[in-house]
Amino acid sequence: MTLAIDIRHTLGDFRLDAQFETGGGLTALLGRSGSGKSTIVNVIAGLIRPSHAHLAIDGTVLVDTATGIFVPRHRRRVGYVFQEGRLFPHLSVRQNLLYGRWFAPRDGRREDFGSVVELLGIAALLDRRPGRLSGGEKQRVAIGRALLADPRVLLMDEPLASLDEARKAEILPYIERLRDHARVPIVYVSHSIAEVARLATSVVLLADGRVAAAGPLADIMHRLDLIPLTDRGEAGAVIEAVVERHEPAFDLTELRSRGGLWRLPALRAPVGTRLRLRVRARDVMLATSPPSNVSALNVFTGVVSDIAADGGPVVDIKLDCSGEVLIARLTRFSFDKLGLARGHTAHALVKSVALDRRELGGTVRMLPSADAEASES
Amino acid sequence: MDWMTLSPEEWTAVRLSLRVATVATLVALPFGVGVAYLLARGRFWGVSVLNGLVLLPLILPPVVTGYILLILFGRRGPIGAFLADHLGIVFSFRWTGAALACGIMGFPLLVRAIRLSLEAVDSRLEEAAGTLGASRTWVFATVTLPLIAPGILAGMILCFAKAMGEFGATITFVSNIPGETQTLPSAIYTFTQVPGGDAGAFRLTLVSVAIAMLALLASEVMARYANRRLDIE
Repeated sequence: MTLAIDIRHTLGDFRLDAQFETGGGLTALLGRSGSGKSTIVNVIAGLIRPSHAHLAIDGTVLVDTATGIFVPRHRRRVGYVFQEGRLFPHLSVRQNLLYGRWFAPRDGRREDFGSVVELLGIAALLDRRPGRLSGGEKQRVAIGRALLADPRVLLMDEPLASLDEARKAEILPYIERLRDHARVPIVYVSHSIAEVARLATSVVLLADGRVAAAGPLADIMHRLDLIPLTDRGEAGAVIEAVVERHEPAFDLTELRSRGGLWRLPALRAPVGTRLRLRVRARDVMLATSPPSNVSALNVFTGVVSDIAADGGPVVDIKLDCSGEVLIARLTRFSFDKLGLARGHTAHALVKSVALDRRELGGTVRMLPSADAEASES
Repeated sequence: MDWMTLSPEEWTAVRLSLRVATVATLVALPFGVGVAYLLARGRFWGVSVLNGLVLLPLILPPVVTGYILLILFGRRGPIGAFLADHLGIVFSFRWTGAALACGIMGFPLLVRAIRLSLEAVDSRLEEAAGTLGASRTWVFATVTLPLIAPGILAGMILCFAKAMGEFGATITFVSNIPGETQTLPSAIYTFTQVPGGDAGAFRLTLVSVAIAMLALLASEVMARYANRRLDIE
């Protein structure tokens, strides 16, 4: 699947001028509020009529203002999961789920009712009314409803924004399963680096209505110059790792990544599970000599490959540890004291307990095909 | 208990009233939904003019409304003559005319109730239905209409009640002919105008009260049912 988009749209003072293309998997539209993310998905869904745009899915033109093409929303086959669920209050959960099926073409259906219900864990809710579901249950039903309409692309506009942390943690694994099992590509709008780092295959970073950068997740996350455009406190490295060993004596789990061995407080994932770790820059310490007698369990040696100092109190430093990237945020004071420069060798220290277990991606891999797909990629 | 028994003429008036009010409400309904939709969602210059026209019977003296109907829908009126010649529908001095007068008088109440519930419908739900593949017509039929059903019921009951009680416009437009245009209020009025009519007027008054109470009760039950369906605590 390719989604090619080119929008120029003015709304009051706000100007959106964005061009990008996405492939399969989950593409995150990342940006602060007001950066134009929601406008873009609303244009894709046909809820907004842009002043100038060209939009095509797999070569099928949905919008082309130059030739006057504007396919109405109900003929686009674009699934949409809204921030607030928007379930139909007068229909049962089952009827909500089947609503789009009515209108979808009968042949060539990709999603089957039973497997979607199972994937989202909503079998017990089918005969209830949406009014009595919890926020997390509502969102799962909304995802199922969009999926069962057999869309060519699934849009999700901050689907977790109205939920508390516990509900978010409940839904994230389902979205991961969706990304890995359902054959539908996803465009996911979010302002949260934590969500994007966990879910995204690729990222389109938006700032002030323009595309600041687009590319695979790690490429975007590891660019120091893009950090100011996102949430500074949450910026950091994304690391793909595999569970190697459990150490029950100390309640630790060892993970292997390209850069070396990680030790984390015990995880319930079986050996061989692929995980995505997010190491926040603010949780990484640097030393210029090999540290001894420190409590931090994760020590990696690398070469300083980039430094971002904007004259403020902090400096971001990118460290290349045999192909693995780590980002560290130091105070300018410490940075000057260590005398770091590009090409210098440094040692990065990460406290095991700083890695948030709730944010670990990929812990839910229920069906065997998922692991096959994951190991291919 | 003899004085409690309705005479055949009185039964005729009751039956006629029920028929006139029912027909008036049912015929007004599709127009009411359409006009309410235009008023709630329409974005055209004539919205306020339309709104004014719809509300007019509520504000004008009923006699004036009846007289306007007489001019327009009478045998020689422009609309009345056309309908009689081409469709064979005659209003003047017929029960159909009474139904028309009652429908016109109840219409503002019907439209207002439906319009209010339309305005309360979350249009984001309609957007969601659109993204799921429903065309505008289907969105209206499967999302909008079920959500405004309680408002439609409330409007119908108001319209029916108004039609049952309509007097001024009806008597002006189609007069007071027993068996044809003499509805409950006209019959009660006639009784009060003749000596010894008190008992009849009283019986018909009791009937009016009973019908009104039944209508209110029915609306209450239906509103409760609708709310339960929507899970509104």
